[in-house]
This record gives sequence, structure tokens and C-alpha cells, in this order.
Amino acid sequence: MKSVRVGAGLGFYGDSWRPVRASIERGGVQYIASDHLSELTLAILQKDRQKDPAAGYARDGVPMLAELWPLAAKRGVKFVLNAGGLNPQGARAAIARAFHDQGWKAKIATVTGDSVLERIDELRSGGEPLAHMDTGADLAAVRDRMLFANAYLGAQPIAEALAQGADIVLTGRVADAALTLGPLAYEFGWQWDDWDRMAAGLTLGHLLECSGQGSGGNFGSAGEWAKVPDHAHLGYPIAEVSEDGSALFTKPPGTGGRVSFDTVRQQLLYEVHNPHAYYSPDVVLDMGSLKIEDRGNDCVRIAGASGAARPQTLKIVAGYQDGWMGTGMIGFAWPEAYAKCEKSAEIVRTLVMEQGWAVEDTNVEYIGYNSLLGANADPTYRDQLNECFLRMTIRTRDRRIADSFGRLFPWLGLSGPPYVGSLKGVQPARELLGIWPALVRRELVEKNIKIELESV
Amino acid sequence: MRVPLWKIAHARSGDKADRADIGLFAFDAGTYAVLKREVTRERLAAHFAGFNAGPVELWPLDNILALKIVLNGALQGGAARSLRMDNLGKCVAAQLLRMEIEAPEDLPRLKAN
Repeated sequence: MKSVRVGAGLGFYGDSWRPVRASIERGGVQYIASDHLSELTLAILQKDRQKDPAAGYARDGVPMLAELWPLAAKRGVKFVLNAGGLNPQGARAAIARAFHDQGWKAKIATVTGDSVLERIDELRSGGEPLAHMDTGADLAAVRDRMLFANAYLGAQPIAEALAQGADIVLTGRVADAALTLGPLAYEFGWQWDDWDRMAAGLTLGHLLECSGQGSGGNFGSAGEWAKVPDHAHLGYPIAEVSEDGSALFTKPPGTGGRVSFDTVRQQLLYEVHNPHAYYSPDVVLDMGSLKIEDRGNDCVRIAGASGAARPQTLKIVAGYQDGWMGTGMIGFAWPEAYAKCEKSAEIVRTLVMEQGWAVEDTNVEYIGYNSLLGANADPTYRDQLNECFLRMTIRTRDRRIADSFGRLFPWLGLSGPPYVGSLKGVQPARELLGIWPALVRRELVEKNIKIELESV
Repeated sequence: MRVPLWKIAHARSGDKADRADIGLFAFDAGTYAVLKREVTRERLAAHFAGFNAGPVELWPLDNILALKIVLNGALQGGAARSLRMDNLGKCVAAQLLRMEIEAPEDLPRLKAN
């Protein structure tokens, strides 16, 4: 019986592709589904694009392919990646250049049509309010500060690109799991209204889209994380999928990490809202009917996905300029490390007030005490800490204030409390972006989808 | 007896716009029944009061012995505008594991450790 093996590529912009080599060389995969984008990534890529209009794509797609393509091509392994980011054509050109330099051949399909920034006003006057999905707020509040707006496309254009003979499918913003569902739908010829199979593909794509998190990485727990073997050589997950959508979830032989009932279900619920209605462009998944069975030896069987009809709308994620962040940091050694951080924060607040700076929010955290646990930090040893770092951040509309804020801190080294460390320069202002999720009637976006096939 | 969740469960958290979301997982069916009874929306709201978050949502998933928890409005508007060190909410699960619940002493996980 036919089965298709899809392996995880990257799980975010900046992830390592080192483990993907094992999936290609000894994981028996036919496809690598590589996810370079998160909500936050689009904001990062937008900053790149502001500096250089030719940028705005995930730059790690090129070096990843440069290293892995010779291995993949030899075995007929195809890549589906969303490294196009905000500029798929720019990414395509960069990949084509790299392949040309190496003398490699490939058919690259570029999927575009996800960007709706240039169509916002047209969509709004055509009856799409694009109100904030969670708050219902009117887009007018942020319209003139909007920097990008992209719809999450589904798996159909990816499957279509593969049907046209693509070896590499390069996209912009598509639903992460579409990178896996596309190849599965193409290989098995699944009907696009076969909701249970769509749901199965979505489930597996969701389990693969965060690379090492699907195979024992970031295994959230006390103690259990340390039992995951050989993190240094952690293998990324692989789904071996049958025509009915059921799958064996595993990882390449001889790699570290762990695929078990526990590691798989942690990833299943990751960044999911209502698990009985997990929305994607292609189907709405109910996770409540899934059967996850641990077969041992890093193999888990996944079956029973249940799907409902796809939504009539696509989700847009837009980003808008939302002020500037100023950051200051200073560390102190025992004695009274925490008290000295607290005093420094008080001094800085006084200076900010005396300067009359317009500051919208101030955030004070104590690294080594509560910067990650917040109000749930245990105060028992607060006053006996060996060392503690003050991290203070502000939000302001004025970039100059954000820049000046960091410069308040070095002075404390000679004029503030004693036993200072960490005076390692001043952090410049960082641009803050607000994320604006909205819904749009899908046909208004989908009519603009283009698939361009190019042989390089 | 009072038991912190870290002794009997595991958890992972992440972000989506201004929501922090957490999966909380029991190691066994007996513990799952206790989690389902004791980890309520009201208790979660109290445990995360420091976030000044909006409403808490909660779904039990009997098929994978898990609770899905969503803290609305918990991330200062979202990762790209948050001033926090943990702007992505990755450590919200660790915060949850510090929550204490009432649990019987003979839970398998407590006996094993």
C-alpha cells in the first residue's frame, strides 16, 4: 500500500537545518516541509524590507537549500517552504542565483497572492471591514500605520504546483500545516472536500511545523525533559502517511530526541485555541476524536482525525507600527543584589520623570528572579540572590526617547549602588509592531493566487 | 493534600496574537480526572491574576488526557509589541506548573517519585 513520508524542515526563522540531513539521508522522506514564518517573523521581515526593498524574505532558505539540495536531488526529495515571507519573488531570485552558481538544476514554483497590503482599501470599499478578529475594533485606527498584511493561503496552490512538476515549492504566508497537507493531497489525490482526510493532513502538518518540538525538544516538564536522549543530535519528526490519513509519526534512526505519546500530544495542542475547532484555510479540525497510540521505539500511530467544512473566510495577519521600545539593563552581585536592582529602577524612574519624557508603559523585570515567571516567581530567596539583573523597558511614540532611555543605565556604574556587572553597551531603540488579525472572504484573495514555475 | 502541578503533570505554552495558550497533560487517567476536577477557569484566573488578562478558556480532551487552556489578552497586545522578556509566552506553562491543587495522596505519579 502506498505511503508518503514527509519530514520537518525548519520550525522557525533561524532554526537549524543540520537535523534535516538525517531525515533526507536515512529517514526515507519524499518531502521536506519547512516552516520559516511565525506571526513575529513577518514583523522581522518587514523591518528588513523597510531597509532594503529587495529583502523581506527568510534568508535562511538559501543556505539551507545550498547545503541540502544536492542530497535531496539525488534521492528525489522535494522541498516545500514558506521562506518567501513578504517577498517570494526576492527569495526565488536568491535561490535561482545560488543554484546557477552551483550549476544545479531544479524546477521552482513560486506561489504568490497572499499579500493584501496594496488591496486593503479596495477590500474595505468592497464590503470587507477587516475589523480586528478578537476585539472587533475598526481598522481605521491603524490603517495609516499598516506595514504588511498577508492572508494565510491553504494547501491547494502547493498541491497544484507539485502537479505541475515542481521540485521546490516556495511560498509566502500560507498556513504552516499547508506545507504538509499540500504534498499529501497531491500524492493521494485527496478530494478537497474530504474533510476527514483534510483534517488528518492538517494534524500531521501541525505536528511537523515546529521541527524539534515534535520530537522531544522543548518538552515542557519538571524532570522529564532531562530524560530525552541526546539533544545535540535531536532528529526532526517524520510522518509516514497512508492514503486514509492515518500515520506513523517517527524520526530518523540513530538520532536523539524522543517521539512518544507525551512529546506528540504536547505539540498537538501547541498554539491551538479551541481544540474542537482548529481553523485552517482547508478544513476545521476537531482534535477530540484523534487516537494517539504509542508503539514504542520512537513511533506513535496517529489516526481518527475528524474535519468539518473549511471556512468561507481566510485569516489575514497584518502588522502596524506601534511605537518604540527602549531597553536598559544592569546587573548587581550580592549583597542585596535584588534591593540594588530595585533601587536602580527607582532612580531611573525619577530621571525619566524629570526629563518629562512621554512614556506609555514601563516594564520592570528582575533577571534571575522574576523575568520569566512574573507574578508566579517564588519570593523565598529574593533577598539572598547571588546576583540579579534589572531589565527595564519602556514603550514610547518617540524613537529618540527610546534611544535615550538605554543611555540612562551606564552612568549607574559609578554613581549608583555597588558591585555592578554587565555594562556591555547601550541597546538602541527597537520598533514595536502591533499584530492585526482579520477575516476576509476567501474568493477575494484566492482569485489573485499565482503559481509561477521556473526551471533553473 | 496540596500538590503542585509540576509533580503530576507536564505542560507547554505558546502565543497567538494577544493570547497565551497552554496544554496541560496528565501522565495517567487517574491524575487526568483530578486535573479535570481541580483546574478550573476560576482557579486559573486567580493563578494568573498578575497578567491582568481577560477571560480564561478551558477545554478538556479525554482522548489525550489533557486540558487546553487559553489566557486571552495576556501578552501585552502580542509578541511584537510586548515589553516583556518572555514576549512569546513560552514560560507561561512553567508558571502554571507552580499552581497547587487538592489531590489524593495515592496518585500513581506521586507514589512513583
